[in-house]
Amino acid sequence: MLVFLIRRIAQSAIVVAIMSVLVFAGIFAIGNPIDVLISPEADEIERAAAIARLGLDRPMYEQFLSFAGNAISGDLGTSFVHGTPAVRLVLERFPATLELALFAMLIAVLFGIPLGIWAGLRPGSAAGRTIMAGSILGFSLPTFWVGMLLIMTFAVWLGWLPASGRGQTVDLFGIPFSFLTADGLKHMILPAMNLALFKISLVIRLARAGTREVALQDYVRFARAKGLSPVRIVGVHILKNIMIPVVTVLGLEFGSVIAFSVVTESVFSWPGMGKLLIDSILLLDRPVVVAYLLVTVLLFIIINLVVDVLYSLLDPRIRLGGAKA
Amino acid sequence: MKQQLPVLAGVLAAIFLAGHASAADLRIGTASEPSSLDPHYHNLTPNNTVRRHIFESLVDQDAKQRLIPALAESWRTLDDKTWEFKLRKGVKFHDGTEFTAQDFVYTVCRIPNVANSPSSFTLYTKGIDTIEVPNPYTVIIKTASPYPLLPVEMTTFGIISAKAAGGEAVKFDKAGCKADSWPSTQAFNDGTLTIGTGPFKLVEYRKGERIVLARNDNYWGTKPEWDKVTFRPITSEGPRVAALLAGDVDMVDEPPLQDLERLRKDPKVSVVETMSNRVVYLALDQAEKTPTIKGTDGKNPLRDIRVRQALSLAIDRAAIVKRIMNNTAEPAAQLLAPGLFGTNPDLKVAYDAEKAKKLLADAGYPNGFELTIGTPNDRYINDEKIAQAAAQMFSRIGIKTQVDAATVNVFFSRRNKGEFSVFLAGWSAATGEASSPLKSLVATRIKEKGFGPTNYTGYSNPKLDDLLTQALATVDDTAREKLLAEAMKVVSDDVAILPLHYEAASWGMRKGLTYEPRADQYTLAAAVRTAK
Repeated sequence: MLVFLIRRIAQSAIVVAIMSVLVFAGIFAIGNPIDVLISPEADEIERAAAIARLGLDRPMYEQFLSFAGNAISGDLGTSFVHGTPAVRLVLERFPATLELALFAMLIAVLFGIPLGIWAGLRPGSAAGRTIMAGSILGFSLPTFWVGMLLIMTFAVWLGWLPASGRGQTVDLFGIPFSFLTADGLKHMILPAMNLALFKISLVIRLARAGTREVALQDYVRFARAKGLSPVRIVGVHILKNIMIPVVTVLGLEFGSVIAFSVVTESVFSWPGMGKLLIDSILLLDRPVVVAYLLVTVLLFIIINLVVDVLYSLLDPRIRLGGAKA
Repeated sequence: MKQQLPVLAGVLAAIFLAGHASAADLRIGTASEPSSLDPHYHNLTPNNTVRRHIFESLVDQDAKQRLIPALAESWRTLDDKTWEFKLRKGVKFHDGTEFTAQDFVYTVCRIPNVANSPSSFTLYTKGIDTIEVPNPYTVIIKTASPYPLLPVEMTTFGIISAKAAGGEAVKFDKAGCKADSWPSTQAFNDGTLTIGTGPFKLVEYRKGERIVLARNDNYWGTKPEWDKVTFRPITSEGPRVAALLAGDVDMVDEPPLQDLERLRKDPKVSVVETMSNRVVYLALDQAEKTPTIKGTDGKNPLRDIRVRQALSLAIDRAAIVKRIMNNTAEPAAQLLAPGLFGTNPDLKVAYDAEKAKKLLADAGYPNGFELTIGTPNDRYINDEKIAQAAAQMFSRIGIKTQVDAATVNVFFSRRNKGEFSVFLAGWSAATGEASSPLKSLVATRIKEKGFGPTNYTGYSNPKLDDLLTQALATVDDTAREKLLAEAMKVVSDDVAILPLHYEAASWGMRKGLTYEPRADQYTLAAAVRTAK
């Protein structure tokens, strides 16, 4: 297990290093942030002063070396736009994104797995076909459009739910969360639904395919012959055996929901990390983009690790080998 | 038992009111968000908007950008280079301390000392040579040369409390004031130093989420109607309108053009609009060599005034305003909307494609040439569509025109590197008078004078530079206005630049609210009122 962990961390360190070079060079190539940030009224002397203040007058390799030097000691730099440490900006936004992503994944699992199993057990039935047709819609409708539609329906016409924003938050261990207040939950429903729609469809398809395969296996027939109740057959023997692909995909999806829910966060003005990323890219706020991607890489590493551990729990045959895995 | 009764009533009231905004609660959805609450960190419209709620300046501007007294009750010139500001007495900061001249001195001292500032306010303090404080309620400012814009520039930055920042002994020195340390931007973001004299106090600031302000009950001026004001950044257009329609917010700024018609018809919503101080223009490169023109044997046709006249005549500005801008703009003949200070009422532009073709032939291009217009596609209202329309109109007179559109960060970087022969951009006259666009866009680039920082076209006319230099040294308003109007005419006669239209600024709000629309596009909660 330890060797496994060490190897993972070494691999990730290389990924992080390559990525920060790419991001640095990429944003450097787009242009000079001062062109976007400075007041147009500023004259050339002001401009030169601002460029010097942010250290943008130095050649790229010099900027990169000083960034890399600071990064190794844990300082990812100060945001050009906000003047606050970039890592702090990213982490401030993290709880909002995390709770939205978790809520969305919860919806995906709670709806996706039962519906998928249902469709898998009765593939020819009207219900099964309807579920599959619905999942095609879930796959193919563009997120921003569904988001706007949800807002128009539930906020503007029906007036049941708020149109956007995060609502009231409560501090838990000093971190603001909104799932603990009624107002906060109300604000979360629409964006979480919007995020979950695609995942539900995905889970339905995986669960259905798995169920169709597993339902025909000998041990399921045997269990049925033994007279086990259908609930136990589905709930234990089938469910457990379809979970490996579902967990894999959900793990990957969870990472991408956290890191790239840009569209949903923009449509619902959800103050999460995705929105920060897109704003920072538009303003060429290099320290924030780099910090964001580093946090994201770290997140993916952790999620993959958790997924690997879950595998070994779900399937005893899988071992997290250090020697030759 | 008796004592619990009011508590119970309070709880009941809270339950009753929950989810329903009370009458004295104002929620505003904004298109953009400040980068910081530090009033001196970033000279940017959203920052300056929030600043105006919490921190006040010596002088202020009304909705039409005319100067009005704020922390200074009055001001006058003692001679051409000396200004006296009489400060308002009895004004209290949010922490209860009194506002005096030292706060002004400290503010001017702090402005050059903001770490990492991406766009500094030194732009507006560098005219100040010395500051004298004969008594706590008088400030005497001397400038190196006559400096008529001083009172206008005093409107741009907010006064912070010297006492709260520990700067009671700081003295002004043009070469750099001395203090042990200067307040950090963070201290304004977390509320420690967010202490101003303005009509609102800071309650809560959550980046990306909301800024909550509460009424300052000790405010010296007209107290705002609202106990609590919440600014929520809703940067996407559709969701911002939806939030207004759903009643999530009471007011939004910059509702998108395509929804204005719908909002006007909605019985629950009202819309206000005015001409803004922004002009949208096409800049024409007049250097020897130019990058994106083909078919002229390497010559730059835009150096010929007949070609520039032809381009101006080719554009049907009225059609652009009507078809693309939904009539929420006005055709422009100069760089600032007429009526604002220093504009010229006599300037006109015409549309005449036949005459344009003839001028083009006279200039030696009967078959036209090829041209590419650069434009941002997410900066000004319908920017790319306007460029497309202009391209079609140019093509009609024989100039094959293409459009090269890019997002802001890419566009401005390329523009500043001189990659476009013709580009579309906009200019907001922050000071609300004509010297702003003249000085930045069309004056010859002279670093020492601060002329022409946004003049990427190489246009240069000594007559214009002279008029502008004179105007910027003329303290007498009437004489200055005349000089500026004359300078405007020089630009127009030379067809140095093609003004297209003045953008309108609009706001949407729930029925029952009123707001006097502002040319500078600020959304000021204190000026939002319930209709009587």
